[in-house]
Amino acid sequence: MATIQEKISKLFPAATFEQADTLQITIPDAQLQSLARTLRDDADLAFDFLVTIVGMDWKDSLGCIYYLASSTHANTLAIKVSTTDRENPMLHSVSEVWTIAEIFEREVYDFFGIVFIGNKDMRRLFLNIDWVGYPLRKDYDTNPDLNPVSIENERQSDGTDMYLENAEGKIEKKHRLIFEKDDFVVNIGPQHPATHGVLRFRTAVDGETIKKIDVYMGYIHRGVEKLCEDLTYPQTLHFMDRLDYFAAHNYHHGLCLCIEKAAGIEVPRRAQVIRVIMDELSRIASHCLFIGTFCMDLGATTMLFYALRVREQILDIMDKTCGARMTFNYDVIGGVMADLDENFVADVKALLAVLPKNIKEYNKIFTGNVITKNRMEGVGVLSKADAIDYSVTGPSGRASGWACDGRKTHPYSIYSELDFEQVVMEEGDSMARFKCRMKEIEESARIIEQLIDNIPAGDICAKVPKVLKLPVGKWFQMVEGCRGVFAVYLESDGSTKPYRLKIAPPCLPLAAVVDHITSGNKIADLITIGGSLDYIVPDMDR
Amino acid sequence: MEVTTKSMPYEAWKDNEYIEKLVQELQENGTNVIVGTFDKLINWGRSNSIWPLTFATSCCGIEFVSLGAARFDMARFGWEVARASPRQADFMMVAGTIVNRMVPVFRRLYDQLAEPKYVIACGGCAISGGPFRKSYHVAKGIGDIVPVDVFVPGCPPRPEAMIYGIMQLSRKIKVEKFFGGVNRQERNQKFFEDHPMD
Repeated sequence: MATIQEKISKLFPAATFEQADTLQITIPDAQLQSLARTLRDDADLAFDFLVTIVGMDWKDSLGCIYYLASSTHANTLAIKVSTTDRENPMLHSVSEVWTIAEIFEREVYDFFGIVFIGNKDMRRLFLNIDWVGYPLRKDYDTNPDLNPVSIENERQSDGTDMYLENAEGKIEKKHRLIFEKDDFVVNIGPQHPATHGVLRFRTAVDGETIKKIDVYMGYIHRGVEKLCEDLTYPQTLHFMDRLDYFAAHNYHHGLCLCIEKAAGIEVPRRAQVIRVIMDELSRIASHCLFIGTFCMDLGATTMLFYALRVREQILDIMDKTCGARMTFNYDVIGGVMADLDENFVADVKALLAVLPKNIKEYNKIFTGNVITKNRMEGVGVLSKADAIDYSVTGPSGRASGWACDGRKTHPYSIYSELDFEQVVMEEGDSMARFKCRMKEIEESARIIEQLIDNIPAGDICAKVPKVLKLPVGKWFQMVEGCRGVFAVYLESDGSTKPYRLKIAPPCLPLAAVVDHITSGNKIADLITIGGSLDYIVPDMDR
Repeated sequence: MEVTTKSMPYEAWKDNEYIEKLVQELQENGTNVIVGTFDKLINWGRSNSIWPLTFATSCCGIEFVSLGAARFDMARFGWEVARASPRQADFMMVAGTIVNRMVPVFRRLYDQLAEPKYVIACGGCAISGGPFRKSYHVAKGIGDIVPVDVFVPGCPPRPEAMIYGIMQLSRKIKVEKFFGGVNRQERNQKFFEDHPMD
């Protein structure tokens, strides 16, 4: 880390450094773009993966924290930029350096009202065009009369404002149309069985070929980040179940790790092992449901029944231990909520015994099928460079050849002790994304096999103070959800409630890449490509 | 009159008073012998083939998928024909949170359902806003937006609870007046007059 600091302080004398759990560089806004470019392009630094942009309101100033990671090394880095102008906050955009920043910056604009100079799309992301106020600002007026629930269709604009800097350094406002004047735009969603939730695509087509897709989200934006600011730390955990409901255990695990890191709580070994087993079980269940719904999108309804059979078996195991089929609330700060069911080990072993047979069956029915091959092979190819540029992690990123498994790149809990392969494929098409998940089921089963006979005895939860207060500071934690890297950023002002809890879901980049990945494909392939990306809408909308 | 469905014993049902009130209303109003017989026949058919609209916004929707799969198999009850178009569906299982941006879409879907139409509010979010009630961007229950027939609590409700909920709806359909009753669009007019929005 010291070398990074030395290198940057030489190039950017204005930068100041702060060592939290991640090295944080504070830089004046004017130098942000050149710093970003250096960080990405320098061979030693190579921070090419923008994990998230955390919008912040520090009351006296507004700003952003950019969390960076790399596809080649395991370092992480944060850049902090701020502005004291609350009326007309403006920062420079980094969307030319990392393409995914375009949508991340739109999110920050939506929540904090910070305008990004140079971003081509400055529309609100989740909220209506007429929404009054910026909800994540600390001085946001929560009066429901300002933004009433209305049955009138929302006002929409076909264009967006752009803020560009001219040669003299002046900011000019320009209007730009999202689609070209004579584009034929078809609306798909939000109520559509194949969009996997309430997501809407405005699709410009040329005959049957897709020209451009404008992803329109916010139909299930529930304001979880704002809600968390009014709740105590143990209470915030419950929302993690309801983001990506297939990766409930993994998300809980992520936030728990972050809070435990902040509070300095040591988790007992038994709880760590149980958490990892649960994570992997939910990964298998999640991928099974993916196989089912994806095949159903392609018209193979029978596969849904086959795939859900395994999922039901896993849900039974979870039901016995956690007491619920879906929203478990099982991981708590310091460990897990309840001890394992007495039949847990036997049930999991029974599952592991039938799993290989089932996977063989899926492959026999579906993977080798000629229709499947024609519809999936070579369709929706995402190159490795684009996957990194768009921060597409998880099985979708690994299918493009990017080894981005958070369990390997930034090991947490006991993953570094375990023997498993990171499934990486080269093709980057829909078929690769499908096969990658199939193989990951086997790898998850391998992890569980290693652990199931060696669950140590002991406590299931560490001693945690009844009223949990975190010291002043900030923490960042990445875990591997079922669909990619899930990150949480936590900032505490020393009270029992988080000052800011930013949830960086893996599904937002998955939706953002749809436009890039589908353009030039046929409109019928939109369903296959969208299905193979496997995004969860409540996760991206939060 | 004991109203039951799928060979469930009458005592096993909850909320029998509600159904008895409906039966009483039906009997008080009186009906023509022929029309009444047709009513019974049609309601028997209707109550055994309620087609849902494929509509889900979040977690509850996944339990609804489980409901369609082999284990819970809603095909046993005649509900498996999930339609993607509201024009072909009988009821709407509102599975998941309804947020401000979704409200106009949701209302339009409801309006597009062909009469007679029913709504089941499934899960805490649809009933009251659930865990997200205090949020700035969540409708506090769908009861203010459309008339709701059955509430199924849970977060999410187990598939068994959903089955029970739809069976309750099926019971309700059995004691309705089909001719000159449920088909009338005026039926919902009063609700919308009582619940003006903006």
